Amino acid sequence: MSTSIVQVMDLRRRYRDVQALDGVSLSLERDKIYGLLGRNGAGKTTLMSILTAQGFASSGSVSVFGEHPYENEKVLSRICFIRESQKYPDDFKPVHAFKAAALFYKNWDNALALQLAKEFQLPMKRRIKKLSRGQLSAVGVIIGLASRAELTFFDEPYLGLDAVARQLFYDRLLADYTEFPRTIVLSSHLIDEVANLLEHVIIIDKGRIILDDDAENIRGSAINIAGTSARVESFAAGRSVLHRESIGALLSLTLEGSLTAAERREAQELGLELGPVSLQQLVIRKTLDAEAALDGPSPDPVEANPKITRTGASR
Amino acid sequence: MIDDSKPIFLQIAEMIENDIVDGALGEETQVPSTNEFAAFHRINPATAAKGVNRLVDDGILYKKRGIGMFVATGSRAVLMGRRREDFYEQFVRPLASEARKLGIDGVALAEMLARDPGAGEENTRANAKEGAL
Repeated sequence: MSTSIVQVMDLRRRYRDVQALDGVSLSLERDKIYGLLGRNGAGKTTLMSILTAQGFASSGSVSVFGEHPYENEKVLSRICFIRESQKYPDDFKPVHAFKAAALFYKNWDNALALQLAKEFQLPMKRRIKKLSRGQLSAVGVIIGLASRAELTFFDEPYLGLDAVARQLFYDRLLADYTEFPRTIVLSSHLIDEVANLLEHVIIIDKGRIILDDDAENIRGSAINIAGTSARVESFAAGRSVLHRESIGALLSLTLEGSLTAAERREAQELGLELGPVSLQQLVIRKTLDAEAALDGPSPDPVEANPKITRTGASR
Repeated sequence: MIDDSKPIFLQIAEMIENDIVDGALGEETQVPSTNEFAAFHRINPATAAKGVNRLVDDGILYKKRGIGMFVATGSRAVLMGRRREDFYEQFVRPLASEARKLGIDGVALAEMLARDPGAGEENTRANAKEGAL
């Protein structure tokens, strides 16, 4: 029995001269919290828009709950997409937005929406147009949580929210997810804040998936070592180096992989300092690494990047 | 507290083990549910469950259907035994290596250990608990 509810095969989306999605394949499983991470313009919003039928693919296939989502009421009523820049009708107040959501989402919990509105101190009868950026984000967060859709996307839901409100969002998300498990996709730049909530992490860069793995596999999949250059170099020999930084005679490396107990001991006896690599650091390293590989001189650019060459030739 | 050094489920399992070793979680007492662990540490519930299940597979915890997880009888002795085996590698070796670096010889090191005000008391307490088992 497959628990996969979303399947994407070789998805491509081109906006004029930008290849927003460049052959994305992935699947999302039921009742997991996903982190969709990547730089601005990496393709996160484009991907979520296509999955929720708010955008079109140039090519490739998409299946959500076993069907194509376009104009498919049966599929769309089970999906909630909280956009970072959601537009509401001009005279809408939060109370109207909630009523509209209540009509659309069959699992809508109005008591939860009202409780969250109180906690986020959202003025229910002020026009949405007049709300602050943080209050506007709160409207989205509340709809995303109270809709209890089987598949919920939050696209950078925290803009303008202060630290207290963001913590409130994470806590309520976790509590409600625990009680009503569902699939949640969280797109965020504040990786350190959400890292521990995620069960699975997908990193997208320049329209391609560069990492797709369980968060627990990623944790501890890299390590920082620092010490005098010669010793660090000899210890790191033969290992994959994600990043290097040096100051004077000191060298700090981020190494891929984990160390065995014996290797740790060896490092300690060499006087090397070992430190953990956070998910956020790892995302930065991996992304820079992928971009360097893409930009750097390649012995055979056609082989390495057929898509770019092909589109280049056709224009 | 949770950090980035290793998978969170391992950290959860180690925290529970610690609580069993230092007596905060007595044998045959109920451990918090995975959801309580998740909420308290602000982590994904599936991750918390993985940590708890690791200890179930290990025989340290056991499941009472419909009630929850409990600390198995004898688990403290098992964990203490493992910790003692690891003690030399984890604590004594780095200690000796740092002492060597600082020119502290074995005699001086032994004196320092004897000087630790908690040392004697800690030993008798541990022995008493062992005797009680």
